Amino acid sequence: MKKILFYTNQFFGQIGGEEFAYTEPFVEEGCKGPAVGLQAAIPDGEIVASIVCGDNYFAENIDKCKDFIRAQVEKYQPDLFIAGPAFNAGRFGIACGESCKLVQEELGIPAITGMYEENPAVDMFKANCKIVKTAKSAAGMRQAVPAMAALAGKILRGEKLGLPKDEGYFPMGKRVNVFHEKNGAVRAVEMLVKKLNGEPYETELEISTYEKVEPAAPLKDLKGAKIALCTSGGIVPMGNPDHLTAASAKFWKKYDLHGLNELTPGKFESVHAGYDPVYANENPNRVAPYNVLKEMEKEGEIGEIYPYLITTTGNSTSVADATRFGKEIAEELKAAGVQGVILTST
Amino acid sequence: MELELRKIAIRNIEFGSPARIEGDTLIADPDEMRELMLEDSRIKDVSFDIALPGSSTRILPVKDVIEPRAKPDGETFPGTFHEDMQEGGEGITYCLEGCVVTTTGPIVGFQEGLIDMSGPAAEYNVYSKLCHLVMIIEKQDYVDPHEHEEVVRVAGLKLAQHIAELGFLVEDYKSETYTWGNIGENYNAYPDLPKVVYVYNCMSQGLLHDSYFYGRDSKIIVPTMLTPLEIFDGALVSGNCVSPGSKTTTYMHQNNACIMELLKHHGKDFNFVGIVLCPLMTTLKEKFRNRMLTVRQVKMLGADGALISQEGFGNPTTDLMIVCQELERNGIKTVIITNEDAGIDGMSESLPDSVPEANAIVTTGNSNATLMLPAMDKTIGVLKDIERVCGGTVNSIQPDGRLLIEIHGIMGGHNLQGNTLVGAVTI
Repeated sequence: MKKILFYTNQFFGQIGGEEFAYTEPFVEEGCKGPAVGLQAAIPDGEIVASIVCGDNYFAENIDKCKDFIRAQVEKYQPDLFIAGPAFNAGRFGIACGESCKLVQEELGIPAITGMYEENPAVDMFKANCKIVKTAKSAAGMRQAVPAMAALAGKILRGEKLGLPKDEGYFPMGKRVNVFHEKNGAVRAVEMLVKKLNGEPYETELEISTYEKVEPAAPLKDLKGAKIALCTSGGIVPMGNPDHLTAASAKFWKKYDLHGLNELTPGKFESVHAGYDPVYANENPNRVAPYNVLKEMEKEGEIGEIYPYLITTTGNSTSVADATRFGKEIAEELKAAGVQGVILTST
Repeated sequence: MELELRKIAIRNIEFGSPARIEGDTLIADPDEMRELMLEDSRIKDVSFDIALPGSSTRILPVKDVIEPRAKPDGETFPGTFHEDMQEGGEGITYCLEGCVVTTTGPIVGFQEGLIDMSGPAAEYNVYSKLCHLVMIIEKQDYVDPHEHEEVVRVAGLKLAQHIAELGFLVEDYKSETYTWGNIGENYNAYPDLPKVVYVYNCMSQGLLHDSYFYGRDSKIIVPTMLTPLEIFDGALVSGNCVSPGSKTTTYMHQNNACIMELLKHHGKDFNFVGIVLCPLMTTLKEKFRNRMLTVRQVKMLGADGALISQEGFGNPTTDLMIVCQELERNGIKTVIITNEDAGIDGMSESLPDSVPEANAIVTTGNSNATLMLPAMDKTIGVLKDIERVCGGTVNSIQPDGRLLIEIHGIMGGHNLQGNTLVGAVTI
């Protein structure tokens, strides 16, 4: 029989209400609170033990509580961890999310919980574990238990899970490839017919709205400023010593330009697969105009040019990777006392 | 305007002499083909190979894939070979269905890709189900990259037309006839049905990023109206464009999945009244101009709805989004096709640009996702080039011979005319 470890708070663990919110975590063999109902609905597993912890204690002693849970996981060696359901309870939701994240990501054991859609912990942890949709309050326990039990059963039996909407959990936000029976053109024309007829249709990709980046205030005077040159145009030293990729770059590089007044043709090249590189290879300054910046430095128009080229390939780079590059590069440049950046793209 | 496509099913290719079609086997004569290709003095050497579906064969780096098509009273790929050209889409065209001419040879740029004839990569595209007559072209030393692209492009088209001429003697074909009227006839054809226009985006951004319309580089045309029939005759060909996964090869133009599907519904669910070709340019000014001209033509055709297909990703996503937005603002209900770059783990935002009006999207999958491909018994071309092309890295070739690549590296792996079964869902 597969083993399940259960987690709940002081209230559902039947210790008491808010006045017991500082209860330190303890474990009891068998089922406490909602575990009783869950056990009845999960024939494929046995809830071997229940952890109970006060919500305030958890919130203020997260590391200690995680150590406690880690120790119980080592002791009971469960195949599945179930926390909650937390419904719309904020602190309990975070405790369920944190404990599931620990068990699933650090300890590699599947973990599920249940919450109401407006519980702030849903957005915090839906990428880290499976959170089953529940009603707002404990009045929805009768619906939550079979929903969580059904998902638990599938995981314990090793069955392939369907889409989040079919299985009843919040999407983790992870895009995975699938093979459809109909090709994209067939699906697109079917979608168009529905849209034309005013019938309901389902887009295959929800559009995200992006954080708009506000440009920084302009520098008042370039004569005293230190300026850096960055490019996403894939300019690298000839031979591409760090193997920057033609697309989907996973890093950026900083190349020393001390002593150079330009990106000398023949010593730099483009590895970017997203544009015609012939002209950039003839003269790399076309993509990263280091020559012009050095001239302006010489003529005193710019105080100082940062003597490195910061470069990456901006081609099919995911937004997440690009955002990380931006943060890392900004830290590097701030540490070097750079006040302004020319960022060229292709 | 009326075009009869005479489709001859080819299920096998062999070398032999004389060249001919026997049953469903194409017999190609390497010596004769070589002589024909060496007419272009810029080609130093050329050789041929065969790759059949299900075989343990990998072709890399692939430049273009072309379906052999030829006309008894004229030429396919009009504008490619001669100064004098006739309009495509009229008369009879023989098509060798099920086989393709595939060009490879030393790399021109980073945008060339891989075709596996079996294994997991074969699930991703339509090419793996076709019989390939592979042409390996080596250019003369003096030929620069831009000319190299042209040499390879024209050679592939020339061979495809030449091979298809073998079909003229074949009597066992499947006939499909398509007709297309003028704007007024089309507009009035089905007064009770909504009118639909297809917006046909094509890459127009430089070496290995161009398309050619009647032989003209699509960078130097403005959006223009097309007929489906001229597309079948190869009026629009690939300049060996873009990253392999989203590359619209000449085969994809000839067999444009959106056009085929729109024609199927034409007269039943809507009235398919026209196509507007929209070149995807590099600068914002050109994108805004092409948006204005494209949307204007869609409106002039009287559209109630539009389907937009895509080529490439990144800055072309902006073209896709702003045209969609403008169409919707004009009350034209629009569906778009795109791929996604959601990161290797699928956790990133999918698109580099978006508009709220893009509320009906078909996706051809997360192209950043990686695949481990088994070693193949035979590679036609140069395996090591995977390290330099889109979707590959210096670590792609595993010590045991397997290959780790992103979907981006598979030819047609996320074809943006929707000619693939791949899609993506959120879990």
